[in-house]
Amino acid sequence: MEFLLDYTIQNVAMGAALLGIISGVLGSFAVLRKQSLLGDTLSHAALPGVCLGFIIAGTRDMGAILAGALITGAAAALFMLVLTRNSRLKTDAGLGTALSVFFALGVVLLTFIQNSGNAAQGGLDSFLFGQAAAILRSDLWVMGGVTVVALALVVVFWKEFKLVSFDPVFARSLGLPVIALEVALTVMIALAVVVGLQMVGVVLMAAMVIAPAVAARQWASRLETMVVLAALIGMASGILGAVISALGRGLATGPLIILAASAAVIVSLMIAPGRGLLWEAMRQAQNRRRLRGARVLTTLYRLAAHHDNPDYPAEEAMVDAYHGVGTTRVLKRLEARGQIKQVQHAPEMTPHWVLTPSGITEAERVLSELGKQEG
Amino acid sequence: MLAAFFDNVPLMIMLTGALVGIAATLVGTFLVLRGNSLLSDAISHSIVFGIVVVWLLTRQQSGPVQILGAALAGVLTVFLTELLANTQRVKNDAAIGIVFPVLFSIGVLLLNLYARDVHIDEHTVLLGEIGFVWLDTFDLWGLHIPQSLVWMGAMTLVNLAFVTLFYKELKLSTFDAALAKALGFAPGVIFYALLALTSATAVAAFDSVGAVLFIAFVIVPPSAAYLLTDRLWLMLGLGSLVSILSSVSGYYLAVALNVSIGGMMAVMTGVFLSLAFLFGPRYGLIAQVLRRRNQAYVNECRTLAVHLYNHEGGPEAGEENVAAALREHLLWGEAKARNVLLRSYDQKLIERQGELLALTPRGRALAREILEPWAQGTGTQTMR
Repeated sequence: MEFLLDYTIQNVAMGAALLGIISGVLGSFAVLRKQSLLGDTLSHAALPGVCLGFIIAGTRDMGAILAGALITGAAAALFMLVLTRNSRLKTDAGLGTALSVFFALGVVLLTFIQNSGNAAQGGLDSFLFGQAAAILRSDLWVMGGVTVVALALVVVFWKEFKLVSFDPVFARSLGLPVIALEVALTVMIALAVVVGLQMVGVVLMAAMVIAPAVAARQWASRLETMVVLAALIGMASGILGAVISALGRGLATGPLIILAASAAVIVSLMIAPGRGLLWEAMRQAQNRRRLRGARVLTTLYRLAAHHDNPDYPAEEAMVDAYHGVGTTRVLKRLEARGQIKQVQHAPEMTPHWVLTPSGITEAERVLSELGKQEG
Repeated sequence: MLAAFFDNVPLMIMLTGALVGIAATLVGTFLVLRGNSLLSDAISHSIVFGIVVVWLLTRQQSGPVQILGAALAGVLTVFLTELLANTQRVKNDAAIGIVFPVLFSIGVLLLNLYARDVHIDEHTVLLGEIGFVWLDTFDLWGLHIPQSLVWMGAMTLVNLAFVTLFYKELKLSTFDAALAKALGFAPGVIFYALLALTSATAVAAFDSVGAVLFIAFVIVPPSAAYLLTDRLWLMLGLGSLVSILSSVSGYYLAVALNVSIGGMMAVMTGVFLSLAFLFGPRYGLIAQVLRRRNQAYVNECRTLAVHLYNHEGGPEAGEENVAAALREHLLWGEAKARNVLLRSYDQKLIERQGELLALTPRGRALAREILEPWAQGTGTQTMR
């Protein structure tokens, strides 16, 4: 456990935690507004900004690079909005165009810097894939500052953001500046991207925005709970990814953080109370069992009614043939519930079943519920 | 002669770029029309996973096995995305954004763990370098044919054959999936085939342009073409044209500025899209503005005609049907009033009788057409 005291690992874990918090909170709004892939576009569009920041500052200055990333991210979002609002192109084409063209511009600028022979350019690549180990304490201060600003904005405009996310039309009718608020939410995603660039890189940033929010959504049905949970899940995934990558050599931090967050999504989808797939599967299996029991019971009831004999012993093979499937397990369950009992019907050796009084009551209840009780 | 053709490096580079663009446009057109073009984003990232797995199994870095493996990875991405979306608990776009980073992460981790010494590093996979396509060649009949060119050419032919053979089916399942299903065309199968071809094209292209720039070629040329035409075949053709133009112009610009060739080609697709967006004949921004302004002009002339018609021959005509009244009664500014009058003169809707503005027969017909549409047929004239 002493590796946890390592200076670099502490830096990485703190950075990852910050990233988890900001992307969880802002991602919640993006996912609810059906703009999940905005994070993907903005993170790719940050690349030209990183390069421009570097060109202007002349060195690998964190402040300049992040400012550049923020500006081109916002420019890409604007480009996307103008394109989709004023033409017949749909959102997906707008997002894809902004993503790929801005990224291409970034590649062009990257090669421009490499060919200009600036000795300080080493490490710009790290923004592509993230290089968590290269994070410095001073970088952490910048990332922390950005996170605090974003969180403060969310707290101050909480009511407005909530309303715009759920019912923009109503928000407009109340006189809220809806477009300004939407732009603010979009640009704030760019803030999360800025924090994540060094940590997980441009490609994986998409999942960082989406995964914690989707996981949190399974557990929460109130925005307050969802946002807090998303921040916690994001933070936990970040720290977990950082710690695991410190355990083994050659394990990149970014992918591990993403895998941790995605594992949280899968677990949440499975076991979240109420919405969990596991619970639903169990509920369905239970319903299916109950239905099958009711069908076999009413079959026995009808056979008895048809023979005018409440104690009519129905042969198991006949019940099987009637339903087209083996019914042994269903019969055993009904027996355990005391609704039927097994009898011998000499001279035959095969199992036979008769209804008990409680079985008759149950069968009559089921049939009357179906509304077609027969004599 | 042939040898000179294949040894011409700039030509080889531009041709490869153009083929990437054409092959991508052929499949991308349908993705853009269906509104799920971002699947190409997911596919092009998760083929990294397919490439690494195939490499670990077969130690082959390129060739048909790689293309097949990547195609399967692409289909796996789409399958997982639909699986996630079908739980009804995750929206479709969110599902895309979770699945491909997971596959990409696993690919990168496998690469880190088992394939440190191979040349397929993440950097090449993501960016590609089209400038070096002439380094790896097949030697056939004494010719040095670039490998990328061969693979891209083959993919272009396959995509072209697919689109030609299944043109009707693709068209129907893109524009009316329900009808296609009712007619027994299996739109689901067609869709998966399209995505498998997209992934195969992506892996054939990633040596030259890389995964991210490939997205530009899938989405941007078809989008540009979509802004220019309503015809599907024309959209395919225009998209291919945009790809060729981007490839050629991108190459020369990149050489002039000494920057990444693939990057510049992708940037040029964006430039052409912006041009189509601004100057497109029907859907372009400028055309939209002009159309709106023309409509405004037409409406102003109609307003004037109606105003004059209402007061024509009445006792107040002397007061209402004069130029000065337009400012007070229609609240038009002086410049606007003058412009409307001039346009109406030009179109012979009104004429001047001393101080009075009078309708010509043509202007009167226009006013009556607006005010008494039921009285059609009495010498109606529409103003175009």
